[in-house]
Amino acid sequence: MDRRRNFLPLAGLLVCLAGFLSYFFVFFRFPVTRDVPWVSWLLFALGLGLVGIGVRRPFRQPERYRGRWMGPILALLSLAVVGSFVFATTIASRQLPVSAGAPKVGQKAPDFVLPDSAGRPVRLYDLLGAKAGGSGRASWVVLIFYRGYW
Amino acid sequence: MAVSVDPPAVTRQHLAKTGWTYTFLADPEARVIHRYDLQHDVGGGKVISRPAEFLIDPTGTVRWVDLTEDLRVRTRPETVLGIFDRLSG
Repeated sequence: MDRRRNFLPLAGLLVCLAGFLSYFFVFFRFPVTRDVPWVSWLLFALGLGLVGIGVRRPFRQPERYRGRWMGPILALLSLAVVGSFVFATTIASRQLPVSAGAPKVGQKAPDFVLPDSAGRPVRLYDLLGAKAGGSGRASWVVLIFYRGYW
Repeated sequence: MAVSVDPPAVTRQHLAKTGWTYTFLADPEARVIHRYDLQHDVGGGKVISRPAEFLIDPTGTVRWVDLTEDLRVRTRPETVLGIFDRLSG
């Protein structure tokens, strides 16, 4: 008897992979899809749904579908993809130091001088205009620390 | 104004790529990053800064801080502008 190939588990795995990769290559760039990775969650739900249907088909309709072995293997791979994503976006991304000694609201920001991208020295308190006898207009500064390695 | 451990040459490339125009400082030895207690030892002797944002008023006083618990989640520019309007208004 001619049984059909069972493509659903493979399709599900590919959708899960797309959910994983699209986050880091595309949706990570936009705050709306970055803070809560909802696009990936939707793709995972779709992918695991396809895998779920696909894994059961060869057992429920053995006369029609092949793939009793491949289905569960692809299902495990899909779960591994989703599991890695959950780990990367919940546990790994929260491995940050407590930074208890960082300046708090109401405290003075420590002054410093560092070179800018052209190598020119820049002093924080010169920008603020808070330097004693400073001539610059008083202004606020948003100071952002980045992880770097770009 | 931003700070990272990247040297000026790397930062220059990054600014050219992104089109960011604000002042971007280089702290390759993580000297200021240590003074602000933001150092993050990521292994292999490599120390970088954890993500952090400070809003500093003209007297040098910190008026708002965000030390995010998740490096994926950062304050959005419009949020900082809203806080600035509230505090400076």
